[in-house]
Amino acid sequence: MLEGLRRPLERLGHNFIDGIWRIGVMARFFGLVLASSGTSVHRFRLVMREVYFSGVLSLIIIIVSGLFVGMVLGLQGFETLQKYGATESIGVLVALSLVRELGPVVAALLFASRAGSAITAEIGLMKTTEQLTAMDMMAVSPMARVIAPRFWAGVISMPILSMLFSAMGVFGGYVIGVVIIGVDNGAFWSQMQAAVDFRYDVLNGLVKAFAFGIAITVIATFEGYDAPPTAEGVSRATTRTVVTSALTILALDLVLTAFMLRGEG
Amino acid sequence: MSETLVDVESVTFSYGRRPVLKGVSMSIPRGKLVAIMGGSGCGKTTLLRLIGGQLRPSSGRIRIAGDVVHELDTEGLYRLRKRMSMLFQFGALFTDMSVFENVAFPMREHTGLPETMIRDLVLMKLEAVGLRGLHRLMPAELSGGMARRVALARALALDPMIVLYDEPFTGLDPIALGVIAKLVRTLNDALGTTSIVVSHDVHECLQLVDYLYFISEGVIVGEGTPAQIRSSTDPFVRQFVHGETDGPVPFHVPGRPYAVDVGLVKRPPLQPGMRRA
Repeated sequence: MLEGLRRPLERLGHNFIDGIWRIGVMARFFGLVLASSGTSVHRFRLVMREVYFSGVLSLIIIIVSGLFVGMVLGLQGFETLQKYGATESIGVLVALSLVRELGPVVAALLFASRAGSAITAEIGLMKTTEQLTAMDMMAVSPMARVIAPRFWAGVISMPILSMLFSAMGVFGGYVIGVVIIGVDNGAFWSQMQAAVDFRYDVLNGLVKAFAFGIAITVIATFEGYDAPPTAEGVSRATTRTVVTSALTILALDLVLTAFMLRGEG
Repeated sequence: MSETLVDVESVTFSYGRRPVLKGVSMSIPRGKLVAIMGGSGCGKTTLLRLIGGQLRPSSGRIRIAGDVVHELDTEGLYRLRKRMSMLFQFGALFTDMSVFENVAFPMREHTGLPETMIRDLVLMKLEAVGLRGLHRLMPAELSGGMARRVALARALALDPMIVLYDEPFTGLDPIALGVIAKLVRTLNDALGTTSIVVSHDVHECLQLVDYLYFISEGVIVGEGTPAQIRSSTDPFVRQFVHGETDGPVPFHVPGRPYAVDVGLVKRPPLQPGMRRA
């Protein structure tokens, strides 16, 4: 009886300790990335190349998703606001939801699955085919040459992608609300302008996007660097990047929001 | 010219609790081509990684040109590695760069040479391995033998003092193998490089190298010039050179008695050193 209970308990404890240990290793890895960032600064071209791969190539999915999310917000918002006769406020509703929450969060989730998974798979494969070891044997630090540029590229791309997502979403809301349903054009924009505060809404949204960018790229590069050098290992690492990033983004969002909201009207 | 360049002094190494090297000593003279031979999993690649500073010995030390490898800090190790190259078993070419960029990589990272000079040097290195005509291709477009030749050109990019070859002959057709072997020899002699080849291809190595070491179960079991090895009476060396299936290295991996495994006899208690299947 007791013997039967011991096994699962042991496994639970083991997984728990393992998880905490992993967080510690990842934190050390993050420190190492920061310490190896010199090359990324004085050879900024390396970072720009990665901005292209993770940022520019994510543009399509970000733009299209932003548009759709904005349009859905327009439809749902109109439906609800109609009951209170406040359909002109649809611009406010769309803009605030996007800039504060949906822009950073959804853009980050998309970025994690589009670019984060690609970073993990690429680094994992480079490790599997001994490219990282070869680089290290050539006296070139893979941390400085491969990992840090990808990290900084993600940190730079994420806020920009989040802004684009929000902008496209506002445009989508405009198309539904003003062009198709026929809400007053002037009211749509002026109410939005009056209600959205630059520092409180836009800047806080950007801070979130920046934090998500750090989280996603640290997770993605770490999982790739840590992946067992087998096909199965890389595939598992890629999955873990998407799952861990998604959970981290949502948890971070809760914490950041709690810190940011002032609790007044 | 028989000054020792790489000096391995009673090195031991274990992966976790499993000992891989149990006290290995060898000295490799400058300018020579030396082979380290042994069966798969005998620790020869581990020894190469110890020489390259990728692993730290559990005890003993390795000196290269006077420096103890595992006592160097990262900066010192990188300074040493700029004069040392490693050819990986499958080339380890950077798959996101062309052949040209691959060979140019060490030059771009470590020298401030102008682009025109790098171009000349890269083409010169590729010419030496006979692949100048392919400098625009990507690694994925090369055959295994060609990829290894490109990797060799990259390994020689900075005219290293030592080149470490990890299984350079594995998985090549006879022509490609002959080309690589000839390149290893001529480049060693022409550039005055010291080369260490880890391999299990005994016939190729006997024709190619100046001196051979045989490793089995983590210790050196035989050494000598190719002529000495050919006439060796040591049972392991004989078995290895002639590829006999049974000898000091038994055909059967130790295990439980056959009759027990197929269920004819009841399971005896475990002996020390045996694992329950």
